[in-house]
Amino acid sequence: MSRICILDYGSGNVKSVYNLLASLSDNVKVSNAPQDIEDATHVVLPGVGAFAAAMRRIHERLPLDLLDRVVLQERKPFLGICVGMQVLADRGFEFGETPGLGWIGGDTRKLDSGDFPLPHIGWNNIDVRQQSPLLNGLENAPDFYYVHSFAFHPSDPASVLASTDYGQQFCAAIGRDNVYGVQFHPEKSQRAGIKLAKNFLAMS
Amino acid sequence: MKKNRVIPVLLLRNGFLVQSKQFKRYQNLGNPITAVKRLSEWGSDELVYLDISRDDTHDMRRDDLGHHNRDNIFDIIEDVSKAAFMPITVGGRIRSLQDIEKRLSLGADKISINTLALDQPDFIELAAREFGAQCIVVSMDVRLEEDGVHRVRRDGNREATPYTAAEWARRVQELGAGEILLNSIDRDGMKNGYDIPLLDEVGSAVRIPVIACGGVGEWGHFAEALQQTRVDAVAAANIFHYSDQSVYLAKKHLFEQGLNVRSPELLEI
Repeated sequence: MSRICILDYGSGNVKSVYNLLASLSDNVKVSNAPQDIEDATHVVLPGVGAFAAAMRRIHERLPLDLLDRVVLQERKPFLGICVGMQVLADRGFEFGETPGLGWIGGDTRKLDSGDFPLPHIGWNNIDVRQQSPLLNGLENAPDFYYVHSFAFHPSDPASVLASTDYGQQFCAAIGRDNVYGVQFHPEKSQRAGIKLAKNFLAMS
Repeated sequence: MKKNRVIPVLLLRNGFLVQSKQFKRYQNLGNPITAVKRLSEWGSDELVYLDISRDDTHDMRRDDLGHHNRDNIFDIIEDVSKAAFMPITVGGRIRSLQDIEKRLSLGADKISINTLALDQPDFIELAAREFGAQCIVVSMDVRLEEDGVHRVRRDGNREATPYTAAEWARRVQELGAGEILLNSIDRDGMKNGYDIPLLDEVGSAVRIPVIACGGVGEWGHFAEALQQTRVDAVAAANIFHYSDQSVYLAKKHLFEQGLNVRSPELLEI
């Protein structure tokens, strides 16, 4: 039985992420309490907004030493959503340079979307780049819902699980060991989002 | 590739989902939350939920619906966001940043403002800075005047404004609006198709996405807007409530015409 802890650092979409996961599991908490994080089998970091502000709040509100341990050493399945994915990088470049969590090597930089307006808002399909338990059953280029202007540029291309085209190809889903991130919003992506959440909860 | 969206608009009037005709006649359609579940199951790309009440009272006058009777907009937003795993725009009766924050915290993704934007254009900028441009939709109600010019009307078509449709669209874009919800007053509830020249005028005036609304009476009207103008999304209210699987059928029609929409699917959620 999975126990899910959604970290809350004041990001806007906590409620929607909760609604999605609570539709799949009876054991979902929104909490930063060390005990809840210890007890959890799965940890989720939602996110909407700017990199620097998100990192500032993460430092203020989340027990990072504990998270380092449960995610990087105990290897609990971890999913970052949108800015929650972007902050996994070493550095972000939204309103100046800000250090990220550095859990997956790379930088978060503005999308180079060419003639297409930013933010990139709407439904866009992913192209799966490699097999992964997170994207199991989603190989058929399903559409997901996006709202963002920045994207994760990983230092190791092998960590890219899926990409999306918006003026340029950018990293739509990333993964390294038990740490996963998605730039889109599964909580707003109907069937594809529910499938992805089920895949995540099936990990152990 | 990013897709064009098909968006049902729900009008809430004092606790009831209603149908509207030319912004003046309203007919009750029933429960505002069960409709959301259906629209979600039929694969809507997004929902626009507008509170067009003249005051803050909402009463479904029913306790037999399998969920609680809801008497305020906040409970209704919360229920809507539980019923639909898709982007939700909420509008109507927004007067402050706090009003926006509250609705976002309950699960809304975007906020649509109309009268407030006309009263205080700087509020668009303020709200976009606070919550991000992607979150601020400016809704504009437009009428074709006797001199052949499309002009913006305010306060539910009660008063004139000095702006042409294209002028106001450019202005709200400059101020940081993320999207425009473009309503045709003349076509509202008339089923005779979108005001294509209006869509063309506004769609060509701005770079931000324009959501077309008003006049759809058959699926082909959606296709016309996407084929003939630069609007990013097609919305409608009444037509989606009167036939089973409406959104699915609309998207199927567009998909089969080769238009750039998400493939139609019926969901079991």
